[in-house]
Order: sequence, then C-alpha cells, then structure tokens
Amino acid sequence: MSEAPDLSTIFFYIITRGLPNTLVLTILGLILGFVLGIALSLMNVYGPIELVWLANGYEKVLRGIPILVLIYIFRWGMPGLFWYFENSLDRALASVALALALRSGAYQSQIFRGAILSVNPGQMEASLALGMTRFQAFRHIIMPQALRLAMPGWSNEYAVVIKDSSFALDVGIFEMTKAANQLTVNYPQLLTITMVVAAILYFLFTFPITKFFGDRQTKKLKDLGMGGN
Amino acid sequence: MNKPVLRLVDIWKSYEDLEVLKGISFEVAEKQVKVVFGPSGSGKSTLLRCINMLDPPDKGEIYISGQSLMEPSVKLNKMRVKIGIVFQHFNLFAHLKAIDNVSIGLRKVKGFSKEEAHSKALDALMRVKLVEWADHYPAQLSGGQQQRVGIARALAMEPDLILFDEPTSALDPELIGEVLQVMLDIAKAGTTMLVVTHEMGFARAVASEMIFLDEGVIVERGTPNHFFESPKSERVKHFLRQIDVLYGRHEELLEPSDREVNK
Repeated sequence: MSEAPDLSTIFFYIITRGLPNTLVLTILGLILGFVLGIALSLMNVYGPIELVWLANGYEKVLRGIPILVLIYIFRWGMPGLFWYFENSLDRALASVALALALRSGAYQSQIFRGAILSVNPGQMEASLALGMTRFQAFRHIIMPQALRLAMPGWSNEYAVVIKDSSFALDVGIFEMTKAANQLTVNYPQLLTITMVVAAILYFLFTFPITKFFGDRQTKKLKDLGMGGN
Repeated sequence: MNKPVLRLVDIWKSYEDLEVLKGISFEVAEKQVKVVFGPSGSGKSTLLRCINMLDPPDKGEIYISGQSLMEPSVKLNKMRVKIGIVFQHFNLFAHLKAIDNVSIGLRKVKGFSKEEAHSKALDALMRVKLVEWADHYPAQLSGGQQQRVGIARALAMEPDLILFDEPTSALDPELIGEVLQVMLDIAKAGTTMLVVTHEMGFARAVASEMIFLDEGVIVERGTPNHFFESPKSERVKHFLRQIDVLYGRHEELLEPSDREVNK
C-alpha cells in the first residue's frame, strides 16, 4: 500500500480483512453464551438452593470483570488452555470467544431467567393438568414462550457482544477494529476517516439488525397476547 | 347407579393456618354432572385443585375410576390424563394455534402420531363449533371462543371426568351463553362432569346433584329442584337470593328446549 487509499478501498479493506473475524467472535460468543445462559437460568429458576447460589455467584463475578481482563486471563494467563490449536492466532481467537461467551452467558442468564418467570404460571398448571411431566411442560410450553419473550432483550445482547469483540485486537486478531487500526498505522493522515468508516460499519451491523429483530419480535409477542403492551 | 368415576373421602386441606377444606366427601358416577357452588372463599377452586393433585390434600382419599391418587407410588401425570380441567382463565397455550392447543396433549402425552392427533383435535373443535377457527392463536379469539378451545382441549384427551373451575366467570356476559351451550351439549352426550359454577340455569338443566360448599364444609346437597323449591338452610337461601340479584337469570341465554331436560 503505497498510494493513499480512497474511501471505497477503506470500506473494502475493513470489510474483507476485519469483518469475518468480528462475525466469528460475535456468533461464537452469542451461541456459547446462549447455551451457558440457558443452563444458568434453569439452575436459577428450577434448581435446588445450592445451584441457585452457584448461578448467582457466577453471574455476579463475571459481570464484575472487564472483558479485556478476561481475555488476558485466557490468552496469557492460561497458556495451556487451547493447546489443541496449533496456530497461535487460533488460540487467541478461542480465548476471546471464550471470554465473550462466559461473560455474555452471565447476562443472557438474566434475560432468560426474567423471561421464564414472566410466563404465566397458569401455563405450567394447564400442562401438568393435561398429563405432561414437568420436563415436557418446560420443553413444549414454557421454553418456547420464554424464548419469544427473551428475544427483544437478546437482540440487545448481540449489540453488546459485537462491539466487545473489538477488544480482540489487543491479542493480535485481525477483526474490524484491528483492520482500521492497521490502516491508520500505514496512513496516519487517514485516521479520522478510517475510524469513521469503522464506526459506520459497526453501526450498520448493530442498529438495523437489533431494530428489525426487536420490532419484529415485539410485534409477534403482541400478536400472541404475550409480554404486555 | 353407574360406577363412581370420582370418589372423595374426607378431604382436608389447609394453607398454613387457614383451613380451606374440612372433610369433603362425595362421589360422581359415570355420565353424571354435579355442580358445586357457594360463596367465594368457600374452597370450591381448592377442591378442584386437590382432585387433580395440583395442590394435593393434606388428608383424605381421592379415587379416580377406583384408583387412589394419594398412594405415593402412583404416577400423577398418568392419572391426570384421566382428569380433564377447564380453567376460569382458560390457560390456553399462548404460542400455539387453537388446533395445536388441542392436539399437543394427544401427541406428547398420549403418543398419537401428528396426523391422528390432528384429526382427533379437529373432532374436538367440531364439538365446540370452532373448526373454522382452528388456525387462530388464542389472542385472536374472543373469551368465549378461548374457553371453548379450553373445553375442546379437555375433551380431546377423552378423560374419565372433566372438572370445570368457574368456566364462565371471567367472560363478558354476552359470551357466557355460547360456553354454557357447549357445556350442555357435552353433558347431554354423556360426559362426566364436576362443575364449579354459579350458573343456576346450567345446574337446573343438567345437574343430577348440587353441592353447596361454605367455609370448607358441605352445608347442603340435593337435586336442583330441591334447591330451587325448598332449600333447608338459611345460608343457602340467602346465597341463592344474592345470586339471583347479582347474576340475573342466564336460563334465557339457553335454548328453550334445554331448560327442562333435567326433569
């Protein structure tokens, strides 16, 4: 890169070089966080008191640690953690994904817990009265409704994780912020425009999606008469 | 008399210090319709919740078709299949269409295939005259239609007995008639029913016995004629007068031919 790039080249560079890893981290963080969040919320709502303590304790601790500290712990503090990845960058990627997932799980747990508790208790009674086991009632009646109720809050969590994935630049992962940063190292005169482009890209991958998703889910809930007005 | 589908023996239930049921005993035989009524707080809803063991009684025996529910070894979810219930607030599954509300128990509990469950559910919706509403979600239905789906959901499971917990008291007055009509239809088709209601027109039309509950005990029981002609206790007389004033006479909502079928 000798000649200073124009605007479309900046967009192109950040998208092709940075976006894939940003999306990989976001999706991994959200999906693993989803599994963890569901498990924690189940412990919290249905578990014996010991599991409730465990889930609550986990949430409090993970919500009290900056994401960068978590990333450092997994990347540098536990060097043997991802030994089965040969490539050092893969190890870094896995560390960040884990940090994002563990923290997102703590927040998602709160979202799902609230959603499960806001399903009308009459739904469980009607399920049991039909002859379902508690597990069947949860699986076929409570969970489908709780997931719908959780979606608006969950799309918000997506917006948090995609932006937090930018901390991955600090352990050498080439995601959008790192790509933008790289351009400004080579072309310091383009710093402002490059960072504005990065900001626009983050915005485009956050707002329209959460807006579309949130509005659609809210409308769906309304059509089902769930979740108030 | 037909064999008893439900037999209650000396049912006691309390919540902390509050004794709600104090020794309730009666039977409901096959194809019988019995009506339980009484002032609010008398224990009527608690009684129904005891019968399907959503709130097990503290003491006493419950037999469904001869099988005790109070034995520790009994599988409650298996027994509950034999006891349908229609709730005051419908409790339809909000995320499922009417047809799926009716068929989900058939599929998940009774193990029918999707097609079998669907056709049985359609039959049940036909009995409550809601086939054309099968693909609507509960929120798209009126209260009366929702309650009829609730009745279809109970009917479809082919239980030995259906409990009704004040099925019309959450409905707007103009929607009560359609629900009572469905209840009359299934009563006359031979459904065994235990109905908590203040709809005296319904009781008069199909109840073989009425049971007046107050403060957790059975104060008086007898045929509808007994209650409407010559109730014994002052408590019952007073209550029936109040009901007349508060609820009016819903008999007018029913078709004339249904009024006197009890005779």
